Amino acid sequence: MTTAPKFSFLNLLRHATGGAWSPQWRSPEPKSRYDAIIIGAGGHGLATAWYLARDHGLNNIAVLDKGWLGGGNTGRNTTIIRSNYLQDESAAIYEHALKLWEGLSRDLNYNVMYSPRGVLMLAHNDQDVRVFRRHVHANRLQGIDNEWLTPEQAKAFCPPLNIGRDLRYPVLGAALQRRGGVARHDAVAWGYARAASARGVDIIQNCAVTAINRGPDGAVTGVETTKGPIATGKIGVVAAGHTSVVMAMAGLRMPLESYPLQALVSEPVKPVMPCVVMSNTVHAYISQSDKGELVIGAGTDAYTSYSQAGGLHIATHTLEAICELFPSFRRLRMLRNWGGIVDVTPDRSPVIGRTPVPGLYVNCGWGTGGFKATPGSGHIFAATIARDDPHPIAAPFALDRFRTGRLIDEAAAAAVSH
Amino acid sequence: MLLIPCPWCGPRPENEFHYAGEAHIARPPDPAAVDDAAWADFLYMRTNPRGTHTERWRHQYGCGRFFDCVRDTVTDRIAGTSRPRS
Repeated sequence: MTTAPKFSFLNLLRHATGGAWSPQWRSPEPKSRYDAIIIGAGGHGLATAWYLARDHGLNNIAVLDKGWLGGGNTGRNTTIIRSNYLQDESAAIYEHALKLWEGLSRDLNYNVMYSPRGVLMLAHNDQDVRVFRRHVHANRLQGIDNEWLTPEQAKAFCPPLNIGRDLRYPVLGAALQRRGGVARHDAVAWGYARAASARGVDIIQNCAVTAINRGPDGAVTGVETTKGPIATGKIGVVAAGHTSVVMAMAGLRMPLESYPLQALVSEPVKPVMPCVVMSNTVHAYISQSDKGELVIGAGTDAYTSYSQAGGLHIATHTLEAICELFPSFRRLRMLRNWGGIVDVTPDRSPVIGRTPVPGLYVNCGWGTGGFKATPGSGHIFAATIARDDPHPIAAPFALDRFRTGRLIDEAAAAAVSH
Repeated sequence: MLLIPCPWCGPRPENEFHYAGEAHIARPPDPAAVDDAAWADFLYMRTNPRGTHTERWRHQYGCGRFFDCVRDTVTDRIAGTSRPRS
């Protein structure tokens, strides 16, 4: 079943002296029936498939994607990882993910380049200071590392930062999560794809789902795709910005609105940013990739759209903030600018779990910050699908919370203003 | 940036406007008479289509009035705007 040899020192040596690497995952044609189908081959979907195969013995499963794997938001985000959210439910889910990040390269036998270099969240006004200090206290009670820094301490941690008092929005302090950081986004998708494929999961790319079939009792019986019909009793929808479109095939309306979210990278330069810096108030997200590019996250557009582009004035706004906070970056040229479609919920928390349609499960609503949750999201969603019962960490994020009113408000912690 | 034709003021740049979401979502006339599911549907559930979307905008930094707009959410092309039905 395995196509890719295990990465090891011996194998590296063997391939260095000749012999091409084989493909890292299989590209099979779809079978006529699977025990479960995951719609969406991004990080969350591939992780779900891998945990289903590894932890729940479900090997006869497929991951379908209308494009190529990791080509949506997994390949478009700014790769920031942290777990210092406010509410206990969110802290639990993001901390679960962070713990998995710490061992992920070993679990997958694939270097996802997780780098806990520290995430600094800047406070620029009295309200920011109060909110972030509250987060620091809440996180301490939750057992999650998050500490308050003075402007001078923030500057010591991140030397290029401008803490001058003459800024329009001066830095009044910062919250620092030292275990936060970044990982290589493409490697996360590739690593999960390779490991899942090795356990028998069929990853079928360029295969769009066009309909969800249901039996007389309403339960799902399969999907129609551009590669023909596929029967299954369990469907997990992990389609990010396109979740509303897929769920409409089962007649469901979702508490989601899809917005373009932008990111940019600069020309590569020598190491200059030692950590990740985020600022909600002036709207700037910046870190440096191992290639040397500054990776910059901008905001969402004001209106719903599937355009995967975003308005230039949104990116301009972020670059103005970056130039004020980091005057030494002013002469850098931006190389690329793109957008991804993010699905935003009313309370800025994800939706994970069962739906009113038997056999149909959904994992969506990660909004502007889903990358950090990838391993945790896949892990608890796999358990939810396998047992047809929400994983304890997933339970509070059920779709039903919008009816019961038990929302999980993370408008402040989700950081990207929208 | 979109160029949005306000039905009263004519074409103006997007940043004069405030987006107000999906159009024609009516508040139940008697909130106490509907069950929690119907109330959640009114408050939170949205069509969020890929394609033609009927939405509401407000010309916040202009005439201040609300209007309806039909826009394609893939191309962002605006098919037209109209004064809201009373």
